[in-house]
Amino acid sequence: MSIKFEVNGKPVSVDVEARTTLADCLRHHLRLTGTHVGCEHGVCGACTVLVDGDAVRSCLMLAAQAEGSKVVTIEGLSNDESLTPLQASFRKHHALQCGFCTPGMITTAHALLSEEPDCDADRVREVLSGNICRCTGYISIVDAVLDARAAYKKRDGGP
Amino acid sequence: MKNAFIGSAIERREDLRFVRGRGQYVDDLSPDGLLYAVILRSSVAHGRIVSLDASGALKVPGVHAVITGKDMPGGPPIIPMRLQPLPEFKPFEQPVIADKKVRYVGEPMAVVLATSAAIGEDALEAIEVEIEPLPPVADWRTAQRDEALLFDQQGTNRSLTFNAVRGDADAAFRKAPYVRRERFRVQRHFGLTMEPRGVMAEWNAATGRLTVYGAAKVPFFNRRILAKQIGLPENTIEMVENDVGGGFGARGEFYPEDFLIPFSARHVGRPVKWIEDRRENLMAMNHAREAEVEVEIACERDGTILALRGHAQVDVGAYMRTNGAVGARNVAQFMAGPYRIPNVKLDVSLWMTNKTPVGTYRGPGRFETDFFRERLFDIVAQELGLDRVEFRRRNLLASSEMPYPIATITPYEHKDEYDSGDYQVTLNRCLEEIRWSEKSKLQGKLLDGRYHGLAVGCFIEGGAAGPKETARLAINEDGSISVFIGSSAVGQGVETVFAQIAADALEVPIDRIRGVFHGSTAYVSDGYGAYHSRSVVMGGSALLDAAKNFQDALRAAAAKRLGCNAAAIEIGEDSVKGPGGKALPFAEFAGLSAEGAFLNKKHTYSYGAQAAHVAVDPKIGHVEIVDYVVVQDAGRIINPMTLRGQVIGSLVQGLGGAFLEHLVYDEHGQLLTGSLADYLLPTASDFPNLRCVTMDMYPSPINPLGAKGAGEGGLIAAGGVVANAVANALQSFGVNPRELPLTPARIWEMVQSARK
Repeated sequence: MSIKFEVNGKPVSVDVEARTTLADCLRHHLRLTGTHVGCEHGVCGACTVLVDGDAVRSCLMLAAQAEGSKVVTIEGLSNDESLTPLQASFRKHHALQCGFCTPGMITTAHALLSEEPDCDADRVREVLSGNICRCTGYISIVDAVLDARAAYKKRDGGP
Repeated sequence: MKNAFIGSAIERREDLRFVRGRGQYVDDLSPDGLLYAVILRSSVAHGRIVSLDASGALKVPGVHAVITGKDMPGGPPIIPMRLQPLPEFKPFEQPVIADKKVRYVGEPMAVVLATSAAIGEDALEAIEVEIEPLPPVADWRTAQRDEALLFDQQGTNRSLTFNAVRGDADAAFRKAPYVRRERFRVQRHFGLTMEPRGVMAEWNAATGRLTVYGAAKVPFFNRRILAKQIGLPENTIEMVENDVGGGFGARGEFYPEDFLIPFSARHVGRPVKWIEDRRENLMAMNHAREAEVEVEIACERDGTILALRGHAQVDVGAYMRTNGAVGARNVAQFMAGPYRIPNVKLDVSLWMTNKTPVGTYRGPGRFETDFFRERLFDIVAQELGLDRVEFRRRNLLASSEMPYPIATITPYEHKDEYDSGDYQVTLNRCLEEIRWSEKSKLQGKLLDGRYHGLAVGCFIEGGAAGPKETARLAINEDGSISVFIGSSAVGQGVETVFAQIAADALEVPIDRIRGVFHGSTAYVSDGYGAYHSRSVVMGGSALLDAAKNFQDALRAAAAKRLGCNAAAIEIGEDSVKGPGGKALPFAEFAGLSAEGAFLNKKHTYSYGAQAAHVAVDPKIGHVEIVDYVVVQDAGRIINPMTLRGQVIGSLVQGLGGAFLEHLVYDEHGQLLTGSLADYLLPTASDFPNLRCVTMDMYPSPINPLGAKGAGEGGLIAAGGVVANAVANALQSFGVNPRELPLTPARIWEMVQSARK
């Protein structure tokens, strides 16, 4: 079936099977491999993307359900030249090691900070508890997200 | 210039791609003509394959081939062991595919090649398999009875017993004024990686070359196995290491798929990719840790330990895999930990069962023994009426005793010794950090419905496995320098730390070190990879040697150009200078390259102490970590930021093993925890109060960097420390955990049975 939606600000039209997940569509049809697939049953959060601004597990959503929506992946958060404040904060705080969960962590945190730039540590932990990281032990990730709040406040709700 | 990149918290180069989603993991590769492999796995734990009919699958549109053991001339090859490759283990090694008998749920029986993974999975349903069930051997106690045998011809389910001996334990026990015997158990869990495993292979029939992507950990060793199995010269196979989403000991060993996918690609003449799904991952990746011990300690009344002896049983699953004996071996050797135990006698038996085969998981054998030992110490200290900190102090090794010879393992192993350190210092620092004396009054106290408890434990961490590592430095066209190294990356940040080491060794700005290329077989003559916390020590030391050879080669080349003596050449940040000030930029020497190596058979031992303050709710069995401190002396520290990342990251894995992670099987050998909803991992809200202090007091005397392996220590003591803290909190009930994981249900049950 043919579906049309917007990815990272550009309109796309893809032909997929009805059973194709949004994750597979992004990775295999659109070659946006920054979105990672870690469990395919909605537990690990590695495949999180933004759909109309909400953090969504792209393994639990069919590509067909994205019809007409605006999807942003990790590739769409920054331009070629620089890191976003959130990405730079992840680097500064050593909030990643192997990098596999990182795109999902950053998209999840971006959605949170865009909505709640004043969130506290408990709220960050609560929201990120849906994303599994096996390397860092999470403390540096929480620190990185908290440290990036200032940038979202300034921008009045996010970039 | 005099550099000090070593010792600085340099931000990681790898992160620039990872935070933007530009990493390239093996599943991100999709060459033209790609076929997807999907594997038919046994759903029966133990049985004889009566028939396997794939004709239905071949009719599914999009399916190109179904490969079974029958397609392999001479039958399925066997995967040899990489570590402890003893003759006794040979008969228990795993074939790449089951063709007569299946021995665990998840064992590969056929490979479907299709134009998409979804079509391949559809086709699995159309394969008709008949398996005649045999009595399952689901635990070591059943295995021990030898009624049902996994390997009929062996006549036993025991593949080997390791013996660890130091001094004369039996003699010490005969004279001892105090002895105590206990039984402990650690559950099966494993080094789950966030990126499931994956392999992609391309066969070029015209050139006779095979390229295998998704290599990790030990690509050179795996190439040697594959070359032999597939009948190709080693130099026609290239193993390419892509970004790797976590290692933890489990990823990158040679698994059945590491043969099946290259073989399939060659068989059909098209690129073939296999990506493990999570359910497969839970039943196919190496399991670990399942061990039970009956251990006995002999002491003086003042707490001086005289001897330790006992028997351990390790459930190693259905086959002896590449590193499947390491955990059991380490249980034998490291039961004494950082303590002075003059007499040791332990035997550790490896039992074959109808479960997924085991391999290493970060801190193999050490997490288990630290739980056994530290629990035993607290029980003994309490019974002798001694302070448990003083008990440890009295028995910790002193710096004056270094190097300290540890128990010798038979069969096979050479002698080993702890290299350096002052174990009292890390214990004292840890007690200070957790504010032990101030918090002591909380022990066993009930505050707001929760009992508070404290515990402290000490650990050692081995690193730097030999025998060798190689590195090469080369000048690029633009005058920058590239590092090529046999170490591999599993997420630990090798590109950054090797750039730090190279920049310091060459005395150039770190940005001049342009690329750090690692892992793949094309970069150096031979490589040994990443395991046993070896990359920094072995790769870094090889890099120092390469830097020396590189400078010699550069001086010689410059001397030739400038017509002077090599000794007269001065190497600067971006150019070389001869007598009279004539300078030539590095770019003039593009292509110049020099290799170096480091050989070493001794191990480094970093060490430290960990302390926990917990609060236990007896009504629901929940344990909160109120505070947790790890103090670790890692010798010379290359990057304090990545070291802290290793310590805290491994600690949380250890807490996962202590509280959550459990691969549960039923009595039929069926895995009951086949998803991440069943196999519980720590999340961001579980353990927010963790701290670490890293020290660099005792550089290792056995390598030129002075570095020690330090990627595992945070995890090693975690099980013992939290179990002791829980026991301390629940002392009024007399609760003594003897088994992990400490789930809410288990804690609640211990409280309930104590109340009765």
